[in-house]
Amino acid sequence: MQASLSLSVSNPAAIPRSGHGFESSLPFPSKPVNLRFCGLRREALGFSSTSSSSSSSSSSISAYRSNRNAARSKKVWASLGGDNGSSSSAPKSFDYDLIIIGAGVGGHGAALHAVEKGLKTAIVEGDVVGGTCVNRGCVPSKALLAVSGRMRELQNEHHLKALGLQVSAASYDRQGVADHANNLATKIRSNLTNSMKALGVDILTGFGTVLGPQKVKVGKDTVVTAKDIIIATGSVPFVPKGIEVDGKTVITSDHALKLESIPDWIAIVGSGYIGLEFSDVYTALGSEVTFVEALDQLMPGFDPEIGKLAQRVLINPRKIDYHTGVFATKITPAKDGKPVTIELIDAKTKEPKETLEVDAALIATGRAPFTNGLGLENINVATQRGFIPVDERMRVIDSNGDRVPHLFCIGDANGKMMLAHAASAQGISVVEQLTGRDHVLNHLSIPAACFTHPEISMVGLTEPQAREKAELEGFEVAVAKTSFKANTKALAENEGEGLAKLIYRPDNGEILGVHIFGLHAADLIHEASNAIALGTRIQDLKLAVHAHPTLSEVLDELFKSAKVSF
Amino acid sequence: MASASSSLLTKMPTPSNTTISFSASLSPALPLFPSQFYLRRHRRTGNALRVQSKIREIFMPALSSTMTEGKIVSWIKSEGDLLSKGESVVVVESDKADMDVETFYDGILAAIVVPEGESAPVGAPIGLLAETEDEIAEAKAKAASAGGSAPAPAAATPAVSPSPPVPAPAASAPPPPLPADGPRKTVATPFAKKLAKQHKVDISKVVGTGPFGRVTPGDIEAAAGIVPTKPKVAAPAVAAQPAPIAAAAPPKAASAPSTPALPGSTVVPFTTMQAAVSKNMLESLSVPSFRVGYPIATDALDALYEKVKPKGVTMTALLAKAAAMALAQHPVVNASCKDGRSFTYNDNINIAVAVAINGGLITPVLQDADKLDLYLLSQKWKELVEKARAKQLQPNEYNSGTFTLSNLGMFGVDRFDAILPPGQGAIMAVGASKPTVVADKDGFFSVKNKMLVNVTADHRIVYGADLAAFLKTFSKIIENPESLTM
Repeated sequence: MQASLSLSVSNPAAIPRSGHGFESSLPFPSKPVNLRFCGLRREALGFSSTSSSSSSSSSSISAYRSNRNAARSKKVWASLGGDNGSSSSAPKSFDYDLIIIGAGVGGHGAALHAVEKGLKTAIVEGDVVGGTCVNRGCVPSKALLAVSGRMRELQNEHHLKALGLQVSAASYDRQGVADHANNLATKIRSNLTNSMKALGVDILTGFGTVLGPQKVKVGKDTVVTAKDIIIATGSVPFVPKGIEVDGKTVITSDHALKLESIPDWIAIVGSGYIGLEFSDVYTALGSEVTFVEALDQLMPGFDPEIGKLAQRVLINPRKIDYHTGVFATKITPAKDGKPVTIELIDAKTKEPKETLEVDAALIATGRAPFTNGLGLENINVATQRGFIPVDERMRVIDSNGDRVPHLFCIGDANGKMMLAHAASAQGISVVEQLTGRDHVLNHLSIPAACFTHPEISMVGLTEPQAREKAELEGFEVAVAKTSFKANTKALAENEGEGLAKLIYRPDNGEILGVHIFGLHAADLIHEASNAIALGTRIQDLKLAVHAHPTLSEVLDELFKSAKVSF
Repeated sequence: MASASSSLLTKMPTPSNTTISFSASLSPALPLFPSQFYLRRHRRTGNALRVQSKIREIFMPALSSTMTEGKIVSWIKSEGDLLSKGESVVVVESDKADMDVETFYDGILAAIVVPEGESAPVGAPIGLLAETEDEIAEAKAKAASAGGSAPAPAAATPAVSPSPPVPAPAASAPPPPLPADGPRKTVATPFAKKLAKQHKVDISKVVGTGPFGRVTPGDIEAAAGIVPTKPKVAAPAVAAQPAPIAAAAPPKAASAPSTPALPGSTVVPFTTMQAAVSKNMLESLSVPSFRVGYPIATDALDALYEKVKPKGVTMTALLAKAAAMALAQHPVVNASCKDGRSFTYNDNINIAVAVAINGGLITPVLQDADKLDLYLLSQKWKELVEKARAKQLQPNEYNSGTFTLSNLGMFGVDRFDAILPPGQGAIMAVGASKPTVVADKDGFFSVKNKMLVNVTADHRIVYGADLAAFLKTFSKIIENPESLTM
């Protein structure tokens, strides 16, 4: 009771603006945790707000990942060192039940769930709490996208006029936008830290190395033991060779999120969701964008139909052009009064094609696992292109193909599904196993979203994947679609552009995949992902009731339009 | 990829597959202007004159008012398939949607000219339809020789498209700005490329003013003669598309009484082209222009004309050549003011000549008129006029003018006043040549043929003295026209 009270007081104080929007991000909605969990978490946050200033400063002391290997705060929390010391071989009793290396969203999710299950838990972080998502990924990018979305609306005179609004020219202050992103990251970071502290998770500051089974070195010389270890070290932006990143004109998402400049013309190498989101931000802020994509189609990985529609809305009408089927073999930063140059070769024939001259280049070619220096050699684990091999229960596999006891790897480091909430779900799955309940995470139930304007979201298989699977396994596939144009709420917002697509088995009503492009698609997908996770069939979903008028009726109609044969 | 549906419309009452019909024909009659009446008439005459062959051309339909080119998503039928009227043949992707395209004719799909995955401008042939099997080989040969440009016309049927056809980018239209645009020196920003495509500006001819000499959206707008306003203005540019066509439009107020609607009056909306003329005429109001008239004796010119007429030389060619020669000596009159801050001197002297066609006017351009001789110029002019009537002019054949000539003399008009087309520095209005009594310096009267020319110029760059000097040169050339034949 008290906890919930303090929450409501501290919240508005901490967030003077847009408290509403912010509150929703406090419980980390991206993580598929049971609802009842939320109560706990809120409690933790309520507590923490009072001491937030001290803790956030402690986390910001630690330097950046780049000089992670350098000597850093040797101290582990005092309580720790005293308690255990470095016990040597084959300890009977462990310092902890569970040690998690990496305090990103995956590690955080695992830690909270472990505490919930009564495990004594520590989390090791060599950089800042929050990892990529909070500090250099999803979180700050959402701040930028919130700005770009509003800019887009304000710049769209036609749209505003249709609503009867008149707004004089919209403009922005770059530093203000950058600050908003940075403040958001700081805020979420301290929330994350505090929630763990409040629940009694020990945060061990220092670079974590696996010394042997059940043994981890933190920083230079502190050794901690645990019954089980989870590696959750995440990833860093992947920069193909030949590309020289200077952090100013040739940048990765890490730099771009700081928004230190807004170039007139930026090339974005890679048209996946990272590139796409940045194209949304940059074009809204006035840049022109050129995509460089190695595959023949933009937006690989999306359902082709959705990708095509998205291209018509997100790319063709905007100040964007693109080169597909080409590799950027060499990118040279701007210097000596010369622009950034990008040398392209044909992806198939490898013949040189042309050289682009632009003001800046953003490398969004994906992310590489961050697993160097983890001490994997100590336990005979060989990475595959940097990824740590795991089985479907996230148990680490060594180079002989045997599983390493008591060692798990979740999140980007295992490469199964490089999404923050997937990492968290994997962590929770591991904790479930550790506490006596076998659990295999169904990755096909994990939704993904791209926060462009409008948004794109998906769960399960794409249509080609589903058809391929159907061919192999010998079942029928059917597709149903609904348009946002027929949705009252979307029309009220004058945002009728959009499509929802359901791929399913007409024989038994199983959902194989759902893809949405349209207003608030990222929020709409969860009805489908929950249905997949829980195995709900379409014939049952058809009977569910949706409030009118809401965007959720797009999915309601989608399910209702499916033709299930019983 | 199941792309045969217009994905936007799925849940709407209409069926998700939007079907569009194209007509198949071998006519290169591109819908340059959305004047169906004109097109149809043209077809009749075409049919009457030409030898019939039963091979029809399937060409890229205009699926939307903004579509300039389409991509072949897939051929539903393959070569050799029998087609019957109303059947879907090909799926075309436009800027808006994918649509099934069906045939108007029975026949055999003889040849696919544009394969799947490739793009073609609206109106370009994408396949050939033969009526009988015997003609397949012929059609194939045709397809092979077509090579992208319009093949020899035979049977002619115009495109009937659901929306007003877009002013035509003919077969070898502006360079597609998308991938693989080859090794070009010019660097243009993405938006500049988009604008260039929209306004049919040849980017390689635009001088970039951006950083590192790159072509910016502003440069394209300037080249297209658009007053750069907010960038957004360019977006809904349906009406702006044919802007360059009418850019060089002299006043043709033939029948445009603008009175408030009286009872019983009818309102006829502008065609796309007329809308563009209207827009350009309004834009000219932002240019401070002035006019200078000059009487010129034409007896010598008339005599020369009589001599060269049998060789196919036209009066237009004579006047264009004379103007070009005069311009060569007065480059400022051939210049233009694009930004209100500088002169843009044009290397080439391209004389645009206004031609009235049904429902509108167009200005075919005699490029490098100062360099070509009279005979070549005349020949060129004939080709251009034919192309204009057939609506086959390439964009650079009507929008590259640096100076415009408008002659209403053949109607007996003795003098008139032209409106300066956007993007040019001057326009010359030529009246009829008439016998006039003149007194020479000794007081002797005689009768000489005289015509009045009246030049309208942009006073930001061309001053009164410039124009006067130019006219003097011009009159000297006309009065001593021997140099024209050299």
